[in-house]
Amino acid sequence: MSGIAGRDIAIVAFVELPPVSRDTEREEVELVQPVVSEALARAGLERRDVGFVCSGSCDYLLGRPFSFVAALDGVAPWPPILESHVEMDGAWALYEAWVRLLCGDVDTALVYAYGKSSLGDLPRVLAQQLDPYTLAPLGVDADAIAGLQARALCDAGRATERDVAKVAEGRRVSDGAAAVVLAAGATAERLAKRPAWIRGIDHRIEPHQLGARDLTRSSSTRLAAEHAGAFARRPDVAFLHAGFPHEEIILRDALAIDDAVTRVPSPRADPMIVAGLTRIGHAAATVLDGGADRALAHATSGPCLQQNLVCVLDASREATS
Amino acid sequence: MDDGFEAPYRLEYTYRRSTGAVIGRFLGALRDGRLEGVRTAGGRVLSPPLEYDPESGEDVGAPVDVGPGGVVTTWTWVAAPRPDHPVARPFAWALVRLDGADTAMLHAVDVGGEPGGIRTGLRVRARWRAERTGTIRDLECFVPHDGATPIDVARPTTEVSGPVALLPSPVRLDYTIIAGRHLRTYLSGLAKKRIVGGRCPRCRKVYLPPRGACPTCGVPADHEVEVRDTGTITTFCIIRIPFDAAPFPPPYAAVAVLLDGADMPIFHLVRGIPPEEVRMGMRVRATWVPDAELAPTLASIRWFEPSGEADLPYESIEAHL
Amino acid sequence: MNRCAIVGIGQTHHKAKRQDVSIAGLVREAASRALADAEMAWKDIDAVVLGKAPDMFEGVMMPELYLADALGAAGKPMLRVHTAGSVGGSTAIVAAQTVIAGVHRRVLTVAFEKQSESDAMWALSPKIPFQPQLTAGAGGYFAPLVRAYIRRSGAPEEVGIAVAVKDRLHALKNPYAHLRLENIDAAMVRDSPMLWDPIRYLETCPSSDGACAMVLTDDEGARRAPRPPAWVHGLATRSEPVVFAGRDQVDPRAGRDCARDVFDQARVTDPRREIDVAEIYVPFSWFEPMWIENLGFAPRGEGWRLTLDGATALGGALPINPSGGVLSSNPIGASGMLRFAEAAMQVRDQAGEHQVPGARRALGHAYGGGSQFFAMWVVGRERP
Repeated sequence: MSGIAGRDIAIVAFVELPPVSRDTEREEVELVQPVVSEALARAGLERRDVGFVCSGSCDYLLGRPFSFVAALDGVAPWPPILESHVEMDGAWALYEAWVRLLCGDVDTALVYAYGKSSLGDLPRVLAQQLDPYTLAPLGVDADAIAGLQARALCDAGRATERDVAKVAEGRRVSDGAAAVVLAAGATAERLAKRPAWIRGIDHRIEPHQLGARDLTRSSSTRLAAEHAGAFARRPDVAFLHAGFPHEEIILRDALAIDDAVTRVPSPRADPMIVAGLTRIGHAAATVLDGGADRALAHATSGPCLQQNLVCVLDASREATS
Repeated sequence: MDDGFEAPYRLEYTYRRSTGAVIGRFLGALRDGRLEGVRTAGGRVLSPPLEYDPESGEDVGAPVDVGPGGVVTTWTWVAAPRPDHPVARPFAWALVRLDGADTAMLHAVDVGGEPGGIRTGLRVRARWRAERTGTIRDLECFVPHDGATPIDVARPTTEVSGPVALLPSPVRLDYTIIAGRHLRTYLSGLAKKRIVGGRCPRCRKVYLPPRGACPTCGVPADHEVEVRDTGTITTFCIIRIPFDAAPFPPPYAAVAVLLDGADMPIFHLVRGIPPEEVRMGMRVRATWVPDAELAPTLASIRWFEPSGEADLPYESIEAHL
Repeated sequence: MNRCAIVGIGQTHHKAKRQDVSIAGLVREAASRALADAEMAWKDIDAVVLGKAPDMFEGVMMPELYLADALGAAGKPMLRVHTAGSVGGSTAIVAAQTVIAGVHRRVLTVAFEKQSESDAMWALSPKIPFQPQLTAGAGGYFAPLVRAYIRRSGAPEEVGIAVAVKDRLHALKNPYAHLRLENIDAAMVRDSPMLWDPIRYLETCPSSDGACAMVLTDDEGARRAPRPPAWVHGLATRSEPVVFAGRDQVDPRAGRDCARDVFDQARVTDPRREIDVAEIYVPFSWFEPMWIENLGFAPRGEGWRLTLDGATALGGALPINPSGGVLSSNPIGASGMLRFAEAAMQVRDQAGEHQVPGARRALGHAYGGGSQFFAMWVVGRERP
């Protein structure tokens, strides 16, 4: 297998389930099957035409190991398929699919993610991400950790007490699923009238310990944006993945997003693990439907924006800047 | 919804963490009532110590005494402490940069229960637990300290009890598990002594339980079909070791049973015959629990027993192994 | 055209309990060895691709976050792959693809499991409401498949015993192996307790703490490498459903398709002759003949003859698992990557006492879930 330099990859379809705060009807398969079927239908693809499948999910949300195995039935992987899975937000599954398409031997990819945050106590579940020796045993939860970042930003004069208070209100969880179809070059042009070309995508991680980082800046978002070419041309619209208002302030700063850019606020209830992928999906949808020529999407993972992904989408296949 | 299809589930386990030299030494110092950091090659002092320099990725150097005083660099208020929190009355989580350290440690600050007592820049000192076992919680919390009075240390720094090699780490997460709509159909049937499968409208195969997606066709396999409680053993194993979840003392046979009318075996137990005499192709019948004990669970079938019919030839089950 | 080369390989000393290290220390040990082999520093690495099996083994959710420091990942891209037991292989494949795609030039890929932090039986099958509890334990899932294989092939029971002995003899030549049974022989295996009939205790894999790491790079990186690289000749994955009506779990089509794909890419037309050594994922001894057939090294129903003839032992025509394999070391998340890495070590002439002399092309194989996820690579001494 060898790569094809300069292969252009685009998003040609995006579907999400309307997030609901608590879905008592659907388990993994019931979440995945409808979005996958609908995304393929919109792209005009049969299941057997899909070159590669990649998904994102998280066992700890559902409280059981190997959750992704059950979900895989939702794509009906028979005859056997080329497939992979990241235990991360679906945005990173999309990144893996982008890499896979760049390898040149497959032309289409399906990405999906599902999450059920309603089953457990999300801030406490997320606390399982913390350093198991010096942080997790404290009993601190993810909302408290977000509060530390909000206060630091407030002390720096870049957030208000109101932003800090928003953290204390807690987050609203929800259950959901989303699917994206990607295609390369001429295939993308055949599957969509106006494909959303991925002009850059990159992700970066920061050190884990909160006390070793400058919590008022997102250096990893800035780096990812540079490598994704986000500063080459200002986007028309930006979809940021922020759990709280202060996170959005930090992200806008890192991404140099000014008032000339339409910012689509994070929804009040965001399904964990799906949220990042839906930012990319919505950004692509605005390009696909002609609402924007250039859109930026961002996804985050980990405590206090530890890991960030930036994706730049454009209606134009060729670089114009 | 609570018609018996949601149930509490506790993910609970006490992990046995080996700590390694750097963390083990730090925890040992905490047990002695001392605070330590480590010096990086670049000269920074990290506390809590990290095993690897988060900036360069290189190994860290020698341990350094830090504290016992420090300064709050950011904080967040906890108005309603949980039982597993370090402080029983309202308190602050804070990042505390200990004197002599360049990074900050996350811990609790007890300011007497009043939120007015906490602020960035507050000088604090450690308050130690009387009983210390070598965890981050040997440091009970930080408390305000005016800086004028000397700080009591819990024990002279010359007494070193050595590293903490093993850290017991209890994890307890509470979930509410739901049975999705397809599983509910199946479980409801079992409570009525009925075995309800789902037929795929495309391939016509009957699945137990009905499924949100036929694994080979991708459409819901949920056209309800009642299958019989008789079937054929396709394959089996004889369990000869005891283990926690074992239903009987060994030896006993676990079997795959292809129920009459279904296209997929289910896994269950067989009794009423010595395990050595269980055969591939043997015909069996379900033994149900007494009617009063019927419930929406596969345990409503207590086990299978030989039906006395002639074995089916191997060729007839070969496709179901 | 971007080719991918393996220029650094490292693994831990695998043990039941590596209580001398933290989780970070465990992955670091393998990663440091891989960097040292490649004569690279942390700053030389562009990106990190991490793999492991369920987070619940160690009770750390998304451990790539906590492990970013230990793997020198700050300021770099870091991915976390999870494809059940095949994850070690899939992770190496994702890392290789970032090189092939031209996205990165020097990638560190790491896989690990620290099973001693918890209990595999608990972590793999906690009792969850509405889900049928595994009434047969871990091996109870696979023992019926073994029975089905025996029924189909007519293989004698000596086959399972022979594999168990061979792989433990191989392990004695591998300084990193977990199980070191000096007096292993057929009688010892035969007399070991029958756990999940027809599987005996010594026909099963141990639970291990361990990690494996590799540095992957492109042509330019390979030119600069201090030691001969292994070149990727083919990479493939296949997945199929865990269950469906009529599924053949003994000889799964996903495995067959994956093998055909990887051999086609490597232009291997007769794997039995053209592959010099194979590291395949054999957690229960009977899976050696099952996978020999599934991989196309022998016709269906005939794989066990290779084992009984001694062809799969070191010195045989097709040595399988000269490292001792999963039967000797099983840090679950890393087990697949160990197969991939050991294959690369063979074509780099780096395998020491368990080296297959003159090995030019090797297969690395991993599988997971209910025999449904497959990952494979063919690596060679020459640039393809």
